[in-house]
Amino acid sequence: MAPASGIEVENLQRTFKDLTAVDGISFAIEPGEIFGFLGPNGAGKSTTVLMLTTLLPPSGGRASVAGFDVATEGPDVRRHIGAALQEAALDPLLTGREHLRLQASLQGLAKQTRDARTVELLERVGLTDAADRRVGGYSGGMKRRLDLALALVHGPSILFLDEPTTGLDPQSRSDLWEEVSRLARDEGVTVFLTTQYLEEADQLADRIAIISRGSIVAEGTPDALKGEIGRPSLEVVPSDAADRERLAQVLSEFGPATAAPTGAAAVRLEAGADGLAQVVRRLDAEGIGLNTFDLHAPTLDDVFLAKTGERLADEAVA
Amino acid sequence: MTSDLARRALLRTLRQPANVVPVIFFPMLLVAINSAGLDAASELPGFPADSYLDFIIAVPFIQGGLFAMLNAGTDLATDIESGFLRRLALTPVRGTSLLLGQVAGVVALSLVAAVVYLTVGFIAGVTVAAGPAGVVALLVFAVAIGLMFSSIGAFVGLRSGSPQTVQGFFPLFFVLLFLSSANLPRDLMEQDWFATVAGLNPVSYLIEGIRSLVVTGWDPAALWPAIAILVVGTLVGGAAAAHAMRTNLVRT
Amino acid sequence: MREFSSTARAVAWRSLHITFTNPALLAPALIFPLMFYVAFAGGLSSVGDLPGFEYSAGYDTFQFGFVLLQASAFGGVFSGFGIAADFERGFARRYMLSAPRREAIIVGYLLGALGRAAITTSLLTVVALVTGMRPQSSAADVAGLVLLVALTCTAAMLFACGVAMRLKTVQAGPAMQMPVFLVLFLAPVFVPLDLVAGWVHGVATVNPVTALMTGGRDLLAGEAVSELLVFGTAIALAGGFAVWALRGLRSAERTGS
Ligand SMILES: Nc1ncnc2c1ncn2[C@@H]1O[C@H](COP(=O)(O)OP(=O)(O)OP(=O)(O)O)[C@@H](O)[C@H]1O
Ligand SMILES: [Mg+2]
Repeated sequence: MAPASGIEVENLQRTFKDLTAVDGISFAIEPGEIFGFLGPNGAGKSTTVLMLTTLLPPSGGRASVAGFDVATEGPDVRRHIGAALQEAALDPLLTGREHLRLQASLQGLAKQTRDARTVELLERVGLTDAADRRVGGYSGGMKRRLDLALALVHGPSILFLDEPTTGLDPQSRSDLWEEVSRLARDEGVTVFLTTQYLEEADQLADRIAIISRGSIVAEGTPDALKGEIGRPSLEVVPSDAADRERLAQVLSEFGPATAAPTGAAAVRLEAGADGLAQVVRRLDAEGIGLNTFDLHAPTLDDVFLAKTGERLADEAVA
Repeated sequence: MTSDLARRALLRTLRQPANVVPVIFFPMLLVAINSAGLDAASELPGFPADSYLDFIIAVPFIQGGLFAMLNAGTDLATDIESGFLRRLALTPVRGTSLLLGQVAGVVALSLVAAVVYLTVGFIAGVTVAAGPAGVVALLVFAVAIGLMFSSIGAFVGLRSGSPQTVQGFFPLFFVLLFLSSANLPRDLMEQDWFATVAGLNPVSYLIEGIRSLVVTGWDPAALWPAIAILVVGTLVGGAAAAHAMRTNLVRT
Repeated sequence: MREFSSTARAVAWRSLHITFTNPALLAPALIFPLMFYVAFAGGLSSVGDLPGFEYSAGYDTFQFGFVLLQASAFGGVFSGFGIAADFERGFARRYMLSAPRREAIIVGYLLGALGRAAITTSLLTVVALVTGMRPQSSAADVAGLVLLVALTCTAAMLFACGVAMRLKTVQAGPAMQMPVFLVLFLAPVFVPLDLVAGWVHGVATVNPVTALMTGGRDLLAGEAVSELLVFGTAIALAGGFAVWALRGLRSAERTGS
């Protein structure tokens, strides 16, 4: 039995004909937590979201959302969740305001509270001015924001967001991050968020699961994951440019070389940050003068690479 | 090039059962239902044909033409919507080739459909008063009707660029057909206003031309108006469609 | 219960709102029945003079009986188009996700269909009366007609809904329209059953729609109606297709919307 607004997933599975989209995943999410579900295209993120939101029956395993089984207690699950899916389900012929009223009524909100709630949410997602225009004329970002507002209409205790920032400009993206953090912090909403962006998971999520080809390959807080797998890298610029070759030689004793800007040399420290003192001593002994000496903390990308042997496709995160 | 485009048009028409089934099946169905439901009408004094079936077999030819209009229009509008036409604009292909290809594909379907109508009609007991040459004339009519309606459809499709808009013309199908002499001869219509409307509807004359070949034989008075309408309609529709095609294919 | 009706009303509101704010959607629904009425009642009136054609309220009333049912049924089928489009474009996901009780979605679409049918059949009736139709119904007959219209619309809508929820594409349009079109026209459309010839006579005799059409015409002529047969048939059709529609919903849930 999951806690009132948590999620519990046990060996959840979904196959399409002979393709296994989700291959026996398990995890638990505490109430009020922001859980990041990170994976590349086709990893099974959306399929998982559809199962947890009762839009797709699982082929095996079980999952409970807000304490209700997704397969057998759909109506109860739906009362407690809100979701903004990967493709926003909007009607181009209705206005933003009409969508909100429709959603409020669909979920059985009392008539008296509908209008106030509509106005409040429009304000919160910055669509007040566009509220009475048909959604067919909205930009991609406006549609996403409206979709988020719709997911919040009935004050759900659990929120599902499937790649909520794909297609948003940097400003809208950080606004959305702000809003999601606020929901979790101030209103105690549990957030299940999928993303392909490492930075997003890193910034936003309390805990992360990395999914690849239908299986979870790593799970934990961003820091724990980075600490567990990733080693920091060291980037050094010698004070005398002629020393660069020799510098690289010395650094290679501490781990494999990594890409570095011209004039610098870089290495991934096999011994982690603890090996730093050793490096400094060796360089000193060799008489190499240093201009800059930067330690880069490990990233989730390192984690991803280590766990799957692949890089996430999209690294161009602003 | 035109023949390649015609083949594409024909294949794309024939490969979608949703295009073929209505053209062949729907008109035959209406014939079957109407000839049974209105069979008694052939006993009305002054009814020109011995059997209602002989009388009604002209109607599928018009229905086939109306479907040709929808098919040609929808296909070309889809080409615009999908960007196929824009891609074509980058090649040396001429717009008229595409247009002719599309129309040829649809007209071929009209001819096939007409053969089916007549075959089924013969099996059910239709006799053509104008004899074997009359049968050939009927097939020529089918082609001409397909030509006229598909060039009108092509114009609508190219002008609107939206398949939905073309489909929106579907009701016209019923308006033109029902407010005509499709179901009863004009002189047996009791309501004068209805007879007047049917008399203003060009479809009445197309039907009466075709019908005369089946029911009375070679009757110039019935044939000439039909031929005139087809010639004028095809010229006007074709010119409008060609113009709309040029507008769509502007190259800088 | 309040939750259920709130969901149903939301779905109904949207389908009516969209119809009435988009002339392109509304116009065919309003004009088609009028077209049929004008063409059949006006163009074929001499058929009413045939020997053996017995109907006391006149040929226009006779044809009104057909067109009324046809308009009701196509009002229902039209809803099916909307459902199919909603599934194809993904909007149905919003309903499936938001409605605690999903059966309310079907009820909502049905209410929308009934609302539309009410408008189209009212307009048809007004036009028919203004242009000279003189039915001989009592107040009770009129109530019976209203019920018949509602049940016909319900049965057709539930049929189309079941198809739409299984196929989930607007390509399914013909699969909803054709069967309804067929059963309507394989009934005594132009002349009373006795005058229908050939194989269509055989089909019309067992076609349940014949009972509805004949019942409707009897109500219009103020004649005695076999209530059990007419309304029993209508209720049985609506009930049967309700099961079909619900199973369609279960199928949509299974395959993921
Ligand atoms: N309805 C379906 N029928 C068949 N296969 C499907 C269906 N839905 C998803 N799949 C397959 O399941 C796998 C996982 O898809 P899913 O949409 O869950 O990936 P995702 O992680 O959300 O990817 P993306 O980042 O591209 O959204 C893919 O291989 C996909 O092709
Ligand atoms: Mg996805």
